[in-house]
Amino acid sequence: MRAPEALAAPAPVAASGSRRLLPKGTLVHGFLILGVLVFALPIYITLIGSTHDASTIGRGEVPLLPGAYALDNYASAWSEGEGGARTGFRVPVETMLFNSLAMAVLIAAGKIVISLLSAYAVVFFSFPGRMLFFWLIFITLMLPVEVRIMPTFAVMVDLGMVNTFGGLVVPLLASATATLLFRQFFLTIPDELVEAAKMDGAGPLRFFKDVVVPLSMTNVAALFVILFIYGYNQYLWPLLMVSDRSLETIVVGITKMIGSGDAQSPWHVIMATTVMALIPPVAVVILMQRWFVKGLVESEK
Amino acid sequence: MATLTIEGVRKDFGGTQVLHGIDLAVGEGELIVIVGASGCGKSTLLRIVAGLETATSGRILIDGVDVTRLEPKDRDIAMVFQNYALYPHMSVFDNMAYGLRIRGLPKAEIAARVRQAADLLGIGGLLERRPRQLSGGQRQRVAMGRAIVREPKLFLFDEPLSNLDAKLRVAMRAEIKRLQRRLGVTSLYVTHDQVEAMTLGDRLVVMHAGRAEQVATPMEVWSRPANTFVAGFIGAPAMNFLAATLAPGGEAAVLKAGPTLPLIDGRRPLPDGAPLTIGIRPEHLVVASDGPFALRVDLVEPLGAESLVHGLLPSGEALTVRLSGSSPLPGAILPLSAPPLNIHVFEAESGRRVDGLHLPRNPQAQGAVAGASVANGAADR
Repeated sequence: MRAPEALAAPAPVAASGSRRLLPKGTLVHGFLILGVLVFALPIYITLIGSTHDASTIGRGEVPLLPGAYALDNYASAWSEGEGGARTGFRVPVETMLFNSLAMAVLIAAGKIVISLLSAYAVVFFSFPGRMLFFWLIFITLMLPVEVRIMPTFAVMVDLGMVNTFGGLVVPLLASATATLLFRQFFLTIPDELVEAAKMDGAGPLRFFKDVVVPLSMTNVAALFVILFIYGYNQYLWPLLMVSDRSLETIVVGITKMIGSGDAQSPWHVIMATTVMALIPPVAVVILMQRWFVKGLVESEK
Repeated sequence: MATLTIEGVRKDFGGTQVLHGIDLAVGEGELIVIVGASGCGKSTLLRIVAGLETATSGRILIDGVDVTRLEPKDRDIAMVFQNYALYPHMSVFDNMAYGLRIRGLPKAEIAARVRQAADLLGIGGLLERRPRQLSGGQRQRVAMGRAIVREPKLFLFDEPLSNLDAKLRVAMRAEIKRLQRRLGVTSLYVTHDQVEAMTLGDRLVVMHAGRAEQVATPMEVWSRPANTFVAGFIGAPAMNFLAATLAPGGEAAVLKAGPTLPLIDGRRPLPDGAPLTIGIRPEHLVVASDGPFALRVDLVEPLGAESLVHGLLPSGEALTVRLSGSSPLPGAILPLSAPPLNIHVFEAESGRRVDGLHLPRNPQAQGAVAGASVANGAADR
């Protein structure tokens, strides 16, 4: 929101030297509008594409005006889905969207809860090997899912969690990044606050519940947005873990709908699916952003 | 109301000893001020009493009960922190009520107690606010209120006024004293500010390098400091120290600066020629045309009603004088004399106070006896 104003500041200086032909800030706004167009155009094309029938897009046209098939496309994508060109199975968007949403929410919430607790332990308690545990957590930062995918898969097979919803979520539950972020935040909580709570008679869990968690809500909101999108965008792990198409997530589902070239891809439905896939992350960002800003304003000292 | 007894408390931080055995007996309803420069161990001592820090050795007794091994919450004490340590996400009401809620008091009683404490402190209209919407003085009151609602046996204050501006500090100082009198709760108050210490305390504990140098009433600490550290620490501007030796017979001090001062309160039981430090407070020096000190004025600091005159004696020793009325100009020679009753005699090496053998006034001995009786009383119960 502030970026245009900040960028606009140098413009009058440049303009004041020469004759002012244009209102100040025109150049800056011009650049920004150009940027918006570059990023928005693909989304616009997707949105428009989802309102045409299969043959229009199949002819290689890129329509820029809405077509007449919006309702048909969205309805069929929502309740029936389009045949995965490679597999022939149909998975309705309804199912995929629910799977993706549930997975992302569970991953984000789980990561936040586990990170809060582990950071709390590392910061506020002194126990033998405290730093060792901290470093163990820290080192796993360097190991993304892709690196540990073989052993993780093996563990999931042993636990019999392949092709289950738990198998989608559990391996992604812990987060070293979030633990580290919460640790850094907890370190800024003044010792006096801990001591005041001790004098008030609050035990460790009470202090956690009444003081640490409420103070962390801003961070939780910010992390939830990031982690939700992280979970929603998971591709490789669900692709590997789940073959049961009733557990298909939408990100994997969309790619499976695109054909390898033997048959025509149902682009109109793919685009409608894509548009619907966009909705949850956009909604989370918009909703949490309000929260996030509110939190920022409130904690201002 | 309770008594507090501190017995031989020592504290090591990884080999560095910060408290060298502190003993203190605090009577019921007494306000004891622990004063000292930063790093003298005064806050550590307070934290040991609070239970936030464990003593390496020694015991803490509240009402005669050994609480050394108890958690802070089981000691029934309340503490006011330097930066107030209010919970930023809670309203003033919740901040004050939190400790009571944890103790599981009924809602109605919590509300009544908080209301009462808030009215007492004049923050009744702020109960719905958050700490960040309050001024420094208001936050200070909330921190006090949080301690008061608990109705503890003991109040601990850790430099509660040092974050306030000078004017507010004076006002809050008086208020704390009034409040403590009214509630009659035994209190320990830590500060580095000697004015705060003098005005607030029933008794002072002057600490230096982990030792309690003197425990006495403010006036006694001021008029009969136990050693050169206490003498130099309490009183502003600080006491002047002049090197001297004991005259044969022990009834006069021969100053390095020249004059011989008679010690009219009695012979000092030290060998002839023993090195001494003579202490004279700046406010006790008077201008006298036949005065034995010839001060070359170096700097004059006018304070309004009075002026501080800094200068050098012929011996090269610095001397500060507090004068009312007209002040001399720099470069002038100011003749001064020191009333013999206001001369403090210390052993040069140890810095220990040396009293005359026949004392014209003897408050220290009485004070010590009173302190001891309180200590015994506490131990008996």
